[in-house]
Amino acid sequence: MAEPVLLLDGIRKAYGSAETEFEVLHGIDLRLERGEFAALIGPSGSGKSTLLNLIGLLDRPSRGLLVIDGEDTAALDDTALTRLRGERIGFVFQHHHLIPAFTAEENVAMPLLIARGRPDAAMFARAGELLARVGLGERRHHAANRLSGGQQQRVAIARALAMSPSLVLADEPTGNLDTHSADEVFALLREVNVQLGTSFLIVTHDPRLAGRCDRIIELVDGAIVSDRPNRAGADLRGE
Amino acid sequence: MPFEWIAALRFLREGRMQSLLIIVGVGVGVAVIVFMSALLSGLQANLVRRTLSSQAHIVLLPAEEVARPQDASGNAAVRLQKQAQRLRSIDQWQTIRDRLQGWPEILAVSPVAAGPAFAVRGDASKAVTLLGIEPERYNQVIALEERLVAGRLRVAAGEAVIGIELAKDLGADVGDKLRISSAQGDAETLTVTGLFDLGNKAVNARNVYVGLRTGQTLLDLVGGVSNIDLALHDLDEAEVVARRIAAETGLIADSWIRTNAQFVTALSSQRVSSNVIRFFVGLSVAFGIASVLVVSVIQRSKEIGILRAMGATRAQMLRIFLLQGGIVGFFGSLLGSALAWCFLLLWQLMARNPDGTPLFVIAFEPALVGIAAGGASLVGILAALLPARRAARLDPVVAIRG
Ligand SMILES: Nc1ncnc2c1ncn2[C@@H]1O[C@H](COP(=O)(O)OP(=O)(O)OP(=O)(O)O)[C@@H](O)[C@H]1O
Ligand SMILES: [Mg+2]
Repeated sequence: MAEPVLLLDGIRKAYGSAETEFEVLHGIDLRLERGEFAALIGPSGSGKSTLLNLIGLLDRPSRGLLVIDGEDTAALDDTALTRLRGERIGFVFQHHHLIPAFTAEENVAMPLLIARGRPDAAMFARAGELLARVGLGERRHHAANRLSGGQQQRVAIARALAMSPSLVLADEPTGNLDTHSADEVFALLREVNVQLGTSFLIVTHDPRLAGRCDRIIELVDGAIVSDRPNRAGADLRGE
Repeated sequence: MPFEWIAALRFLREGRMQSLLIIVGVGVGVAVIVFMSALLSGLQANLVRRTLSSQAHIVLLPAEEVARPQDASGNAAVRLQKQAQRLRSIDQWQTIRDRLQGWPEILAVSPVAAGPAFAVRGDASKAVTLLGIEPERYNQVIALEERLVAGRLRVAAGEAVIGIELAKDLGADVGDKLRISSAQGDAETLTVTGLFDLGNKAVNARNVYVGLRTGQTLLDLVGGVSNIDLALHDLDEAEVVARRIAAETGLIADSWIRTNAQFVTALSSQRVSSNVIRFFVGLSVAFGIASVLVVSVIQRSKEIGILRAMGATRAQMLRIFLLQGGIVGFFGSLLGSALAWCFLLLWQLMARNPDGTPLFVIAFEPALVGIAAGGASLVGILAALLPARRAARLDPVVAIRG
């Protein structure tokens, strides 16, 4: 089949200096296909965020192969990694993380602005479309910090999609939301996945939400202990 | 507008109070620097102008003069007095005059036949310096015409222009006659056509201006001149130009800088001490900007992390914070220039002569605002270097986790 969005082979991550070295991830192998909607679960401290940061090119693995969209990242320098990250990967964080100095629309357009260097009408048009898609078309000119938590998270999702990334990484995207908002945000992620074919890797502590993904990967103590398709989630795709 | 500018301006705008305070801080610093610079240059220009109102920028004297006085601060008149018995002419002075007239640095060339004499009127007799001049040329070197307080600058045969002090000493006024006799024994009766005030009491009591021809006759210098006075376009070049003239003509060339060495030294040490003050004010402005930006980088570490996650490079982060420093410096300098302008207006209102006229006029040069703006922006950027590097090096993982 086509090349995977993500390929990990023997990924290890250790913190600390040579003497005090402390390994957090012990050889992770993982392959994520295009359009997959996968959940990453596991107890606290098992290394989920660490793994997500490596995949998101925010950090470098101590050892192992990390290929994003067919591009081996080992040889890339910081600037090249940053560019690859900006173009191919979207992030949604737990603490929504919008930039308060900018409006909702500007936050969504930010990855485009960073990549192109100067603002243009097209990027704001796209930001407007994306905001409309996440149901916030009316609030495009609101200051980012004057939106509710759920609204901010939806803006963050729109922002993650701005560059049409191949892969969206979400670290507990609903962790800070009430059940209702969490369901809405999760449904939105799923909708984007189905409509645009974007791959998702979602860290969650909520078994209910994990149960609505196509695939569930479980991490314990820095190693993958189970990786299974989830029929229930896959069935939801049809909806 | 590029992304970095947008982000820098937004960050500053969002940090309202902080940005405002630091801009005011920079403004006060810039105001002190601009105010001091304008005041000092105004003061110094005024002092130099007063000093040079009765002195040529460069005085050329015959080469063979042996008994050259050691007292560098004595002016030309005093020196000529000392060599009363040995007045010499400059060889081929017309040729030298015409050649120097062609130099681009030189504004005016004025040959002078000068020497000691006595002015007698009734019972009163005064030692004076007799100066035979070509009035149009001389006037370009020393603005005699504008300093006239009575009469006109007319020195045809039988006419003389004298200073107000001498007029008082001799009890003479415009239209009165006085008798001038030189050390060589020649004498002539002249009519006073004008009275001048060159702002220097000694000069006002001593100088008697006559036509070049009259001077030459009285001083036994027929066809010759005792010295050539020069005016330059740029005062500060006087010493350099004087050396060149001396080398090329073999004449003795005394610049005003050498003649007023102590005065010039005083001026330059004044400038040095003001530079020291300006440097330290600038330094404290830089530290102010740096400390505010260091705090801002810490406060914004999360946002820096997000921007990095969204594809902003280290270089972009660096520029965003350098720009903030530059922008703070720039706006601070505008505020500071405005403040300085107010100070200067106020100062000119307060600092007045007893008669109510301004002590001296300070020109507020627009160029100074430009220099202040450029300088402060640069200082801002330099001050931002450290915080900006911190921002660029921030580990996005650490920043986002917080
Ligand atoms: N910068 C670091 N230096 C040292 N140890 C670290 C660092 N970051 C993470 N760790 C350690 O790595 C382990 C995994 O952390 P990680 O944040 O990936 O866990 P997690 O699975 O995301 O947990 P949670 O569900 O609580 O978010 C933890 O033991 C943590 O202490
Ligand atoms: Mg985590």
